[in-house]
Amino acid sequence: MTPKLDGLETRPGQVWGSVRLVPLVREEPVPHLRLHRKAYEEPVSVVDVGDAVYVSFVPHAFVATWSDGDQTQGASYGTRLLERDTRAAPPSVPVRFTRRMARKAGKDRLRFLPLHLAVEGYLALHFGGPEIAWEEWSRRAVAHGLSPRGEETYLGRQVRGLEDALRIFEIHPGQCGVMVYVGDALACAFVVPHPDDYRALHPTLVEDLFGELIFVYGLLGAPAGDLSAPIDDTEIRSLGDLRTAAELRQEEWAGFHDRVMAGRLFDEDGSRQVVQYLHGFELSRFLPSFAPHQENHIGETITDDGGRVAYLKSFRLSEAQVKRGYLLKRLAEHDWRLGAAAAALGTDEASLALRLERAGFGYLLRQDVLDRYRAAKRATRDPRTGRPPDRVPGRGRSGG
Amino acid sequence: MSETFADLVACEDVLMFVNAAITSTGQREFRHWAGEQRLSLEFLHEYMLGNYRDMYAAVLALDINDHNAAIIVRNLLVRAGDVEAGRRRSEGRLIARRLEAMPQQRVYRVFRELRRCGVNNRRTRAIIRDWMAGRRDPAFDSVKYRAAVKDAVRHAHLRLRGEQRDFLFAPFSVKAYETPIYEQWRRAHYQQAAVYELPYTVAEGFAAKHKIPREVFLERIQPRMTRLERLRLQTSAQEAKAEAVRADLGEMPLTRLASYVLSLSLDERAARRAELSRALRTAARRVAGAARGSWGKVTAVLDDSYSALGSGQKRRRPLAVALAAHYLLEALATEYTPLWTSGRTDELLVCPSGPTPLGQRIIDALETGPERLLIVSDGWDNAPPGLAADVLRVWRTRLDPGHRLASGQKVMIVHLNPVYDADDFDVRRLAAGVPTAGVRDAEDLPALVGLARFAEGRLGLAELRAHLDDRAARFLGERA
Repeated sequence: MTPKLDGLETRPGQVWGSVRLVPLVREEPVPHLRLHRKAYEEPVSVVDVGDAVYVSFVPHAFVATWSDGDQTQGASYGTRLLERDTRAAPPSVPVRFTRRMARKAGKDRLRFLPLHLAVEGYLALHFGGPEIAWEEWSRRAVAHGLSPRGEETYLGRQVRGLEDALRIFEIHPGQCGVMVYVGDALACAFVVPHPDDYRALHPTLVEDLFGELIFVYGLLGAPAGDLSAPIDDTEIRSLGDLRTAAELRQEEWAGFHDRVMAGRLFDEDGSRQVVQYLHGFELSRFLPSFAPHQENHIGETITDDGGRVAYLKSFRLSEAQVKRGYLLKRLAEHDWRLGAAAAALGTDEASLALRLERAGFGYLLRQDVLDRYRAAKRATRDPRTGRPPDRVPGRGRSGG
Repeated sequence: MSETFADLVACEDVLMFVNAAITSTGQREFRHWAGEQRLSLEFLHEYMLGNYRDMYAAVLALDINDHNAAIIVRNLLVRAGDVEAGRRRSEGRLIARRLEAMPQQRVYRVFRELRRCGVNNRRTRAIIRDWMAGRRDPAFDSVKYRAAVKDAVRHAHLRLRGEQRDFLFAPFSVKAYETPIYEQWRRAHYQQAAVYELPYTVAEGFAAKHKIPREVFLERIQPRMTRLERLRLQTSAQEAKAEAVRADLGEMPLTRLASYVLSLSLDERAARRAELSRALRTAARRVAGAARGSWGKVTAVLDDSYSALGSGQKRRRPLAVALAAHYLLEALATEYTPLWTSGRTDELLVCPSGPTPLGQRIIDALETGPERLLIVSDGWDNAPPGLAADVLRVWRTRLDPGHRLASGQKVMIVHLNPVYDADDFDVRRLAAGVPTAGVRDAEDLPALVGLARFAEGRLGLAELRAHLDDRAARFLGERA
């Protein structure tokens, strides 16, 4: 079942340079679900979340001080649903800030973990990969900044124009979500259950993650297209007609946006995995089909018992990530057995292992195993071309 | 009409420049940074100076803001040699008149700027000399703007006589001054009581030197404050427990007052509702003057979307202009309907939030059947984008061509825009058929509505030139 964005009304987008922000408005907030109070304990003014609320959620990679006794900050690992009054912390990864990071983000500000390790975490989460490796990786990334791999994710701040676009965006009354387009490519969809939650999280989108594609589109700075179609004035005889025409045009825009612009957000052939279930709310992660050269979004949703989306956060994968996802998907299909996966891909084990390494998953394989494959590959070097199959071990850009 | 294409372009250029000169202060706006604003504005000035120098100078006679007036004065003096003596003389008269009308601190800033640019031709020296000679109280100026006066005197090679020269260049060579304010300034260096006889800004420095507690200082200096200083310091003075500092809201200019009202919290505005709305109405009636109640049926679309927030440098300025316009139109109209974009109805409690559904509001406004429709907005129509332009276009082409109201009487639609769009070198327009004029203070609204008819394209360059000459002549004539 693909999640439905029912109850969310698409409003006209606001354009700034190459960035288009399309607001999603709810008539009524989703009852009984709010952002975890931790989000509001920080300088954001205290918001009354009401007594009826009994489930709260913590978004993925959300940094806060989770336990009272211990003052270290942690990034939540995967979105979680929590009982309202529980003090129990969600599973989190400790974050040790280097001075550079702390200065940038301010001491206690509500923020997302501003590194691509959140994506790494995402991928690992989605495929049930090793958590420990992720923590290892995150520690490395926190200590040394961005990863040395060729393919990276970018902070919203680095996407040119996004910061300004978010700053000057005029939030609609009742707005609970936004779709971010850069160069008219859907970069991310973000939906929360309540307008106050949205207001609290709107500025944090600049610290969210965006793929390479989005970064490059931002850099190119091609202005977003003008999608407004002028009203045909031949049919209009009165102000009433004009009003009707304007309303019709609004409906047309909403239909066009949902069908065409955001049409590939939920992949029909993708998969979906329920992670948690609490008081009628269902937290699930969705994965695309990893079809190459197409839009692929991964993300998390919380749906209520009617199947309506209460929370949604998506990330558009860049081409290299799609390739990596494709590899992981194939491996997962064959129970992580290299031999079987290699056979399915029409290659041998050693090639697949090296391909994994090039894709940045070298840490999944034991060093000695990898070395053995490398040696084997070198021994079977193609005599006709004389070209070694792995040009620069571990630093390759292409994974597929 | 024997208009050439060049004339049309010239007309457009001049109006564009006037709009920019009215709205832009080189400060940060909601969408553009200060740097972008300055860059864009400097370019426009250069362009005008190079292409339409006569009209560029004549713009000094219009209600442009002081920032731009200062740039024009500077540019005209920097490039004084480009034109012959007759033109220079008429420019000189305009400059002198404009400097008289400007606040003195800004004039001193112009002089310093000229000094920085190394402009010291005879005309510049004569202008500085004449302006300084016309000061009502040179002694007061010398105390309040001591460094600036010193710079101007040095730059223009003025010969000062008597105590003023000593005061500026060798202040402690004199045992006792005869001019009271110089004497107080001398004594303020060691005597606390003398501090309170000085202008507020000067006294503040001495208060710090003598370590006078803030509340004591504010209490006692209060009679020396100007009315704007009082308005500005009112809130912080109350925090410092100096209750005596109270601005008389009844005498404040309209837009300034609107800015003040918007700076208060919603609770405070609600609590002081009677006082604030009375002050705003009084100010509006004072501006409206004889024209009060002469505008017939007026509907206004006023923008209180989030972008009316302005910037850290121009706090809530667009919203303040809209609020001031609201009260002014209320005074000018016989029948008045305000429509805020957010749909709020209590004007005293407006705050910048939400999107800008200008198109919908314009339809609502046209439904009230007004004689005049005024739109005060930054022109970023975004819910949905372009609807306002469509509505106005359809209204002009399909719904109102026969002048529905009465034959020959069109609904007059004017868009007033308080924000300069640095990318377009102009204020943002809504639709081709509707004139857009920049606005800085709501007080200029009636004059701007007059100027807007040029923007509609019905009047050409000749008329515009005549209008500018007429304004310039009146501007110079006011001196008498």
